[in-house]
Amino acid sequence: MGEVKLIGAWGSSMTWRVQMLLKMKGIEHEYVEEDLANKSPLLLQHNPVHKKVPVLLHNGKAIAESLVIIQYIEETWENGPSLLPKNPYDRAVARFWAKYFDETCLPAILKAIKTAGEEREKAKEEAIELLKFLDNEVKGKKFFGGDTIGLVDIALSFGAYWFDIILELVGLELITKDKLPNLCQWIDEFVNYSFVKENLPDRDRLTHVFKVMFPGSAAK
Amino acid sequence: MASNEVKLLSSWISPYVLRAKIALNIKRVEFESIPETLFPKSDLLLKSNPVHKKIPVLIHGDRIICESLVIVQYIDEVWASGPGILPSDPYDRAIARFWAAYIDDKWFPNVRALLVIEEDEAKKATLEQITEGLVLLEETFTKCSKGKKFFGGDNIGYLDIALGCFLAWLRVLERITDVILLGETKTPLLFKWALDFSSEPVVQPDMPDIDKLHEYSKGFSQRLKAFDKKKK
Repeated sequence: MGEVKLIGAWGSSMTWRVQMLLKMKGIEHEYVEEDLANKSPLLLQHNPVHKKVPVLLHNGKAIAESLVIIQYIEETWENGPSLLPKNPYDRAVARFWAKYFDETCLPAILKAIKTAGEEREKAKEEAIELLKFLDNEVKGKKFFGGDTIGLVDIALSFGAYWFDIILELVGLELITKDKLPNLCQWIDEFVNYSFVKENLPDRDRLTHVFKVMFPGSAAK
Repeated sequence: MASNEVKLLSSWISPYVLRAKIALNIKRVEFESIPETLFPKSDLLLKSNPVHKKIPVLIHGDRIICESLVIVQYIDEVWASGPGILPSDPYDRAIARFWAAYIDDKWFPNVRALLVIEEDEAKKATLEQITEGLVLLEETFTKCSKGKKFFGGDNIGYLDIALGCFLAWLRVLERITDVILLGETKTPLLFKWALDFSSEPVVQPDMPDIDKLHEYSKGFSQRLKAFDKKKK
């Protein structure tokens, strides 16, 4: 199927999304670690618009943006497990929620992390309100994808694992049993799902990466 | 309601609704257009899109689909026997999706900002960003069209729809600011593309009349400013 290269950064949840799918499908690839503080000519050449990871190179052709990459992988390597359902309506629903998390929830969550005092309280309330829709969506289901993980589960991985680490560092509690009970349960299922569990980045190393990403975050 | 009836919560002013309409037109799907009041929002809208409370909303039988690009992909996949909207090659599809996301996340916010910015320096900077974005899109057009009329080749495709839906508003903004945004000098290929796109039979009947839209924009700017202030 040609030469596959993934430019990513260790600890990046967006990179992790793509790595999981490549692994699920058993796609052999070369991984290139990018130093985000010192971006390489390779990255800048292949993603001049956003200058971000992940970037997938397939036979030299570059694809950027994690959700675009995921759909590209699904459409190019059609066999094996899939993150997207077969039915067009279910696909539309999956795309909607993945987009909702990335474009609406994530900025609100990051705002809550990066602010303090009253501003943080306000941002936190807003983020929780936004996450309630996702909480409702996963109600009664093991995963957003049903019995197995799908696009939305992978898209929300930041909320499941990464976020817990940030919570420890920054003392910000967002996903609680009283406000978002179904999401809490989902997190439990997700991080303990064997395939995910085997592949989650090392917690200590990730904590260290975040301390660098969110300096002064030790202050509660 | 019959299980396959198609309805679209819409408004003549919305470029996002236009995306859905063009997609339905391409596939020759009969649908009922339900005009949405917007100010205030109807119960039907609030009920069918509680998350974003925005149009377009596609109601297909008992299925509800929101978000214009999600809707366009849905239409492409459900009415698969009609002309294709997304390219057939996975890499071309990825390029189309990438640039459609760029248009929505990076380029259009500047266009929208132009309706509410008051300060001259900020306006100038925004205008520059819009033009820079169009120059990037001109390069993209060269690569995607491969010498043909549209991003999609001989026929209108996903990226044509993603960008083309904003043309009427672009022309209105050119009138308001007295600045050429999509001109023959800086972006000759896109300039021609805009004319071709607007006159396509699947687009032309639903493209808003520019004079009418200009008139509408006068009150709309005020509403947008008030809405943005409330959000802060």
